[in-house]
Amino acid sequence: MTLTLATKDGLAAQDAARDKSPLAIRGMTVSYGQKPAVFSVDMTVEPAKMTAIIGPNGAGKSTLLKAALGIVKPLAGSTTVFGKPVARVRDRIAYVPQRASVDWDFPTRVIDVVLMGLYPQLGLLGRVRKSHRDAAQHCLERVGMEGFATRQIGQLSGGQQQRVFLARALAQDADLYLLDEPFAGVDAATEKAIIKVLKGLRDAGKTVVAVHHDLSTVPEYFDNVFLINTRRVAEGPVATTFTDMHLQDAYAGRLAGAQMDAIRAT
Amino acid sequence: MIRDALLLQLGYNATLVTLGAALLGMAAGVGGTFLFLRKRALVSDAISHATLPGVALAFIVMVALGGDGRNLVGLLTGAAVSAALGLLIVTWLSSKTRLAEDAAIGAVLSVFFGFGIVLLTVIQTMTAGRQAGLEGFLLGSTAGMLRSDALVIAVSAALTLALVLLMRRPLTLASFDPEFARSTGQNVTRTDLIMMALVLAVTVVGLKIVGLILIVALLIIPPVTARFWTERTDHVVLIAGLLGGVSAYVGAAISAAMPNVPTGPIIVLVGFALFACSLLLSPARGVVSAYLRHRAYQRQVHLRQGLLALAHGQPIYERLTLRLLRRQGWALPDGVATPEGQGRAARAMRDETRWQVIRRDPAYEAAAARYDGLTPIESVLTADQIAEVDSRIEVAT
Amino acid sequence: MNGSEFVPLSLVPMLTGIFVAVACALPGNFLVLRRQALIGDAISHVVLPGIVVAFLLTGVVSTWPMLLGAAGAAIIAVVAIEAVRRLGRIEAGAAMGVIFTAMFAGGVLLLEQSDTSSVHLDVEHALYGNLESLIWLDATGWSSLWDPVALAGVPVELPRMALTFVGVALFTVLFWRPLKISTFDEGFARTIGMRTDLLGLALVIVAAIAAVAAFDAVGSIIVIAMFICPPAAARLMTNRLEWQVAWSVLFAVIAAVLGYVLAGYGPLWLGLVDSVSAAGMIATVSGVILGLAALFGPHRLRGSAAPIG
Repeated sequence: MTLTLATKDGLAAQDAARDKSPLAIRGMTVSYGQKPAVFSVDMTVEPAKMTAIIGPNGAGKSTLLKAALGIVKPLAGSTTVFGKPVARVRDRIAYVPQRASVDWDFPTRVIDVVLMGLYPQLGLLGRVRKSHRDAAQHCLERVGMEGFATRQIGQLSGGQQQRVFLARALAQDADLYLLDEPFAGVDAATEKAIIKVLKGLRDAGKTVVAVHHDLSTVPEYFDNVFLINTRRVAEGPVATTFTDMHLQDAYAGRLAGAQMDAIRAT
Repeated sequence: MIRDALLLQLGYNATLVTLGAALLGMAAGVGGTFLFLRKRALVSDAISHATLPGVALAFIVMVALGGDGRNLVGLLTGAAVSAALGLLIVTWLSSKTRLAEDAAIGAVLSVFFGFGIVLLTVIQTMTAGRQAGLEGFLLGSTAGMLRSDALVIAVSAALTLALVLLMRRPLTLASFDPEFARSTGQNVTRTDLIMMALVLAVTVVGLKIVGLILIVALLIIPPVTARFWTERTDHVVLIAGLLGGVSAYVGAAISAAMPNVPTGPIIVLVGFALFACSLLLSPARGVVSAYLRHRAYQRQVHLRQGLLALAHGQPIYERLTLRLLRRQGWALPDGVATPEGQGRAARAMRDETRWQVIRRDPAYEAAAARYDGLTPIESVLTADQIAEVDSRIEVAT
Repeated sequence: MNGSEFVPLSLVPMLTGIFVAVACALPGNFLVLRRQALIGDAISHVVLPGIVVAFLLTGVVSTWPMLLGAAGAAIIAVVAIEAVRRLGRIEAGAAMGVIFTAMFAGGVLLLEQSDTSSVHLDVEHALYGNLESLIWLDATGWSSLWDPVALAGVPVELPRMALTFVGVALFTVLFWRPLKISTFDEGFARTIGMRTDLLGLALVIVAAIAAVAAFDAVGSIIVIAMFICPPAAARLMTNRLEWQVAWSVLFAVIAAVLGYVLAGYGPLWLGLVDSVSAAGMIATVSGVILGLAALFGPHRLRGSAAPIG
């Protein structure tokens, strides 16, 4: 709650950081009806790091991502990705939606879903060549799903569906990966596999931002955190930002004692 | 002429039909509400189209048995049987196969109707040019109706309405909150079945008045219209019944006064006119008020964000924000705060800081839940509470 | 088959029926998967007010004004449904029910109020068309297919429907990938820059064009049946979109041919004198196909979908 008035130099430094940032959100307000889900939020993601967006249920975590990507229309605010408007750098962004947001009864196979990630390369009528299939197959291998290429997507478990979505994102070969609750309702093996892939991406210089709800795994999985509860609460490295005080700010009294203990233990 | 009709001065038959239509409209409005609340409005479209082969088959059977085939009770019985079969198939397709309900509805309505058309052409051959009069079931026709038919319609409409009113309570409960209804020991599956039976009854009784293509309008438009005027389920039921009754009464009266105006379409258009007015003008959910509210809200959000930016000494990036601030006299064209703007900004900042304090304190959870970025904290906390909050801010800084 | 009888009497209606069926079934696949199957129902109902208004404005019954009127009505209906759904926060099915019934009622009323006794324009016609009347008077046999003079006399519905079919097929092929991706995962589609709103609108407009071109020959009932029954049956036969579309085309063709033949000859086999409505019979056959697929289709049951959460 320190309210320092920004100096001119400070402002210039902020602008420079935003221009370099893989994802910079400014003054974002999104409202469903008359109640804002996200209010006047700023966010500046650090490059080549894994950032968790955390906050209580209904705090606007997913909404923030969707508004940044233009999937929902914000009331106010703007987003830049690598210093440019989102529409101009779509090929550098890969987005993994919530698993439950699509109809898994859709008549298609695992490999076809992964190939959707290559659409920007293929265009309307480009032929799917062997090189494309190999690339898609390789992405499936990276998430440990190589044996499922011709499986109907409706026959997959929740964890397998999530891995297919991740494979599609890998096929996009982006620089910024945005994931909406990638660990929601998946088995332990999948969670391990996904985090391994994400860390690999980060080590290769990519930026990963994930909406996350399991506080106990934050320090183990992520470099940075962004705490939100309709407003931005705090953002920065896990070591200095993922603190009792900020969690208290974000979750108010809604964090159970046991959960807090678990976090302190880590 | 229309005045006479509205005052029921056009003879016994017309009066019976008009009253019957009004009763039917009420029953449809109330029954349709439950369908609408269960988000299954278009199931009624499948039911109504599925009556056609039943009507045609009933006609063929009655002729084959030596009758003249135009007995209304017989025709309506046939309609009810085939509509029930259609409903059964919709349920079966959407529960036992992977098809969604909308596909099942579309399939049943088009196939049953197509088959009905086939049967109608068979009847044309049978009657060899003599009008079977079944075309009246497509669009409804009340002109030149037999007295016995008018009686049948009036009585069955009254019965349907009585049934709807009788079942009002369990249906309201089941359509408002099926889970809760189940927990109170209500058999929701059975209630659903009753709801469908009611819809079926409305459809069949309405065939002769409104016709099978447009009867769905009587089930759908009144509840949708009513929804604009209230948030309470029991009130929706009441208003929908009223609207349905009024549309059907006025429509049937107009049609009685002007014989070349078919009954069904005019009833539907009266109902639609009521709907259009509600859509535009309802104070709570109407388009006009919603638009005005949205604009006002967007303005407030931008102003607040602008003030907070001024308080932080940040530049104003969005043009709309700056324009609004300038119009209020709170900022100059280059984005610098005016003296009044500085005062406002400081106040907004203080408000925001107070909110931050109470949002992190479980003791204030109820008040904090009202945070929406705009509500001044004075409206949720007492002066004493604010003083207490302020004392904490001083300690922190 | 005897060419001197088949070519003038049956070839044109049969081909027209096939083009109608396939042109509707192609976009129908995506409508069914998007849970928008009933858009076809709504569109086909508003064709009537469209042609009535076109007739009142121009005073003549001629093809192009009516097609434009019907297409205009379809677009107005789609926009109005969307407006009611969003502005009034009304569930899609109910919004559709309000708009298409009101527009249909308006069409009927206009029709009854205006003097159309001199022209061939009535509600029944709009509902079930008149496929059987598409007789090719100038044809004498198979050889007429190569006779330019005879070809000039082919009922205009056939080339019109063939053109519509080509247009719909081109749209489907050209936009196959965007249609598939946005139908499966709209959020993802938007993040890779697809204009999913425009694509959705284009799909509905293409469906409307197919419905409008078809209604004059076959009426609106067969249009609804072809939008829904062949794709729905096809969905129960396979788990791949490519195959589903292929199956739906096959089912559409079978329904058109078998329906036409049964309508023309079925009653004779039963000892009746006259034929029955071909449009109605085509819809009926498509229903039987769907019924068989629902009973025996290899993929009729929902897959062992993973539990959510």
